[in-house]
Amino acid sequence: MKLRTAAIAAGVASLPAFAAQAAELNLICSADVVICEKLVSEFGNSHPDISVNMVRMSSGETYARVRAEARNPQTDLWWGGTGDPHLQAAAEELTAVYESPMLPELHDWAVKQAEISGNRTVGVYSGALGWGYNTQIFESKGLKEPACWSDLLDPGLKGEIQIADPNSSGTAYTTLATLVQLMGEDEAFEYLKQLNANVAQYTKSGSAPVKSAARGEAGLGIVFLHDAVSQSVEGFPIKPMTPCEGTGYEVGSMSIIEGAPNPDEAKIFYDWVLTADVQNLMPEAGSFQLPSNKAAVASEHVPDLGEIKLIDYDFAEYGGAERRRELLARWDAEVGGRATE
Amino acid sequence: MNADDKRLNRLILGAAAALLILPWYRVRSGFFGFGWLEDVISTPDLWPGLVQAVIGRWQVWPVLLLVAATIWLRIATPSGAKRGRTMIWIGALGLIWLAVEGLSVGTRGWNWGLLEATFGEAAGQPAFGAGAIILGLFFTCMISFGNAERGALKGDAFILTAISILILLVGVFVFYPIMSIFTGAFQDFDGSFTSEGVRRNIVDPRIWSLGCLTGGYCGVAWRTFFLAVCTATATTALGLAFALVATRTRFPFKKGLRLLTILPIITPPFVVGLALMMLLGRSGTLTQLIESGTGWELGRWLYGLTGIWLAQVLSFTPIAFLVLIGVVEGVSPSMEEASQTLRAGRWRTFRKVSLPLMAPGLANAWLIGFIESMADFGNPLVLGGSGGVLSTEIFFSVVGAQNDPSRAAVLAAVLLFFTLSAFLAQRLWLSGRNFATVGGKGDGGTHSLLPRRVAIPVISLVSLWSLFTIIVYAMILFGGFVKLWGLDHTLTFEHYIRAFGVTFGENGIRWTGVAWNSFWTTMIIALIAAPLTAAVGLITGWLIARQKFPGKTIFEFVLMMSFAIPGTVIGISYIMAFNLPPIQMTGTALILIVCFVFRNMPVGVRGGVAAMAQLDGSLDEASLTLGANSGRTLRRVILPLLRPAIMAALVYSFVRAITSISAVIFLVSAKYNMATSYIVGLVENGQYGVAIAYSSVLIVVMITVIGGFQLLVGERRLRRRTTQQIAREAAT
Repeated sequence: MKLRTAAIAAGVASLPAFAAQAAELNLICSADVVICEKLVSEFGNSHPDISVNMVRMSSGETYARVRAEARNPQTDLWWGGTGDPHLQAAAEELTAVYESPMLPELHDWAVKQAEISGNRTVGVYSGALGWGYNTQIFESKGLKEPACWSDLLDPGLKGEIQIADPNSSGTAYTTLATLVQLMGEDEAFEYLKQLNANVAQYTKSGSAPVKSAARGEAGLGIVFLHDAVSQSVEGFPIKPMTPCEGTGYEVGSMSIIEGAPNPDEAKIFYDWVLTADVQNLMPEAGSFQLPSNKAAVASEHVPDLGEIKLIDYDFAEYGGAERRRELLARWDAEVGGRATE
Repeated sequence: MNADDKRLNRLILGAAAALLILPWYRVRSGFFGFGWLEDVISTPDLWPGLVQAVIGRWQVWPVLLLVAATIWLRIATPSGAKRGRTMIWIGALGLIWLAVEGLSVGTRGWNWGLLEATFGEAAGQPAFGAGAIILGLFFTCMISFGNAERGALKGDAFILTAISILILLVGVFVFYPIMSIFTGAFQDFDGSFTSEGVRRNIVDPRIWSLGCLTGGYCGVAWRTFFLAVCTATATTALGLAFALVATRTRFPFKKGLRLLTILPIITPPFVVGLALMMLLGRSGTLTQLIESGTGWELGRWLYGLTGIWLAQVLSFTPIAFLVLIGVVEGVSPSMEEASQTLRAGRWRTFRKVSLPLMAPGLANAWLIGFIESMADFGNPLVLGGSGGVLSTEIFFSVVGAQNDPSRAAVLAAVLLFFTLSAFLAQRLWLSGRNFATVGGKGDGGTHSLLPRRVAIPVISLVSLWSLFTIIVYAMILFGGFVKLWGLDHTLTFEHYIRAFGVTFGENGIRWTGVAWNSFWTTMIIALIAAPLTAAVGLITGWLIARQKFPGKTIFEFVLMMSFAIPGTVIGISYIMAFNLPPIQMTGTALILIVCFVFRNMPVGVRGGVAAMAQLDGSLDEASLTLGANSGRTLRRVILPLLRPAIMAALVYSFVRAITSISAVIFLVSAKYNMATSYIVGLVENGQYGVAIAYSSVLIVVMITVIGGFQLLVGERRLRRRTTQQIAREAAT
């Protein structure tokens, strides 16, 4: 028994034995799994000498992971996911400074992301905030198309709206910050309190509201536009809308982890993924965001950011930990994540 | 040379070999890859302990000194209580030294500023490797062998070693990570001490409010508690009903029933919730059927505690069933016959004799249901509605936009408080009673059938619930074959091809499906973890039920803690504890295996304890009296009688390794990705088709493997065999 236990303990202790010979890259991908897989297989085709280990995780999970591993990182590169946790990681110096030679080819919003973080992160795609509504439900209930933020307060929409809880979802926090920048803080909270009467559920995940709406579990979900578009492209009766008063947006980002075991491979991937050729592949994988390379073409389904009234979203201020805590505390106190059940 | 000396000789040989041959530090590319053998000359980190000491690693010197002391002790002192005491000292000092030096010297030198100020710079060291681990075991064995020489527990070295090693393992893999969460609660981000977060959270009305009694909104702690009580009660009742129907009625579909109760337990997380949503949600199939039939508007009742409860009862009844079936089978028919001979009716016998004898099983089933419900993560995530439960709140306070580790720690403490109180209450209730019914005495007879007034409601309940389960699973199966679940129901194999596609090219088979990678990882890890979990769990159960040693209650408590803490917290705590030397496991398959073993073994322990409570101690005594030692007794007498418990532990740990999600989500790495975390990614992105196709394949694979386990373990034979069996045995 003793010997066996010892043998088991020793055996188990040494199990991770599958030694890797070739160059490696450990990638955490925070976007849609299809996009992640597409990226990895394309990278494998063009760089057969580097083997990529990819795992998909939401950006919140990734941030928690990167922070927990800070003193002994196991991950090299973090691609995708909403920009705030990337900025937060940059502010805490969990991610490494890298100025890619590709920067001049990128859109201003992508470069700005790099500038405010001190080149610790960079924008890879962006998407505007909006909502998707279920046309069948709206038709059968005889409701009018909600085109503006103010339309969402229509009493007819009682129990039809879903939005994520800003405590758990970056999407919902972007919504909160957008409304504050659009209306002013007190007015925004007044609006949210009124909206609360129509909200059926505050979901945990950011894109869940529109998925619920797609399946008829709710009438309307407030989400990033690309999430609404992907539901409608899949064939659900969802119509994506952008609010007439103006709206905020996210910048999906990419960061190299500070102290990564394979920094050179990470940089190769970093530069490669910012090229126009690679970003042109994204629509095939069902990505409906705007690519960050100026020369890349977005999917035909992507709503052009030029036609949307965008606010001048202050990522530096609203991505900061202090402001975030303040707004979330106020949201907890005044709106409080408890819908009219 | 007596047995004590022989034992010590072997131990010293082992330690010397480890010091001379095995690399002291961790091999980065993996020990069993043996790729490190090529570089052993050129890389100092790969050198064994003795060489490390020679080249100036002062950390190893005390270890060498203690081993030398042991050798001297062996030569100079005869065995006996005095040598035993010295051995205990050596063992304890060795373990303490390993812990202290491991924790204070990190990869880049001293871990604490204070030490650096006192002693000056120190060279960094990598994490412990095979050599250091064997030495740790050596010191542990020294403690147990020393105790044996002192005559503790009748000088039984086997039991003492088992206890010591288990305490060491539980200490390292349960206690240490849990402690690291609670220290995290009092730390600011930069590592300095603060109690602000804890003070703020501990009085938070969102946790503690009892407003729902007056028509308001209740805090998350009470909601979770209420849910867990409901779930535990319902699963225990249903599990008992299933166990009774399977053993004591003439119900025609017993085999099918067993399969059916197995199904929910082998279902990957989220899937039951998804199926319920498709069935009973606002626009679910059944809802629309009812709405069009009656004209009522059912709405969104599924989201919230009701829905979670329904999904949990579906998911956890099988666990209660697995715990209870052994207990129901184990109740001795002769007790029931005696009762009937004394003119009690079948109903009275059932109520006054059979049911009370099942009490330890019922209490265990309830406890497991309660804890499972408290720690459940997948179902609340899908069906939780706006309000969460404790486990999801913990998850989101760690990964969510809040990012408040002190809140997570406070919530984890609340959760622990509830589960441990339930555990204590159960202990108090069962203590001092005797439930042994499988004695050494000959025990004839077969179980009588259930009394009619129990049988009819039980059978109808079981049939109804089975029907419901079948419908839910039909929905799931269906979901994998249609283009777009809930919208476009054209039949297609598209999802299966995408997940499990295989092409035959010039270079042989190519696994083109996206799921293969995580699938193989999951299978290998689950197959390694399952027997380990069962072994560790049952040995622990045997120790707890049969042996008396100081600190047993605390030992049991710490064990239950690892089960009671939700996986999310375990996941985070494992990363915090095992990312740095002395023990470094993140990013490996090992951390997943260890996590599964120590997270799932409490079920093996509970099952073992419950089953052992029914085996009379006279069986062990008879074996010991006849000259077998305790190891042999365990192997030849106890284990064969524990077959149902072994089976349950194997099945449970295998299945949980495949289906658990909350801890796994933090522990998977790019290299070792698990099926569930892959499926969660699919669900998050609304790719229900592929997710369900993948889940269906996992279910089929698990059924096959469980069948294999069943064949390997075999059934326990308690009493009267049929004539055919006797004939068959006579023939062989």
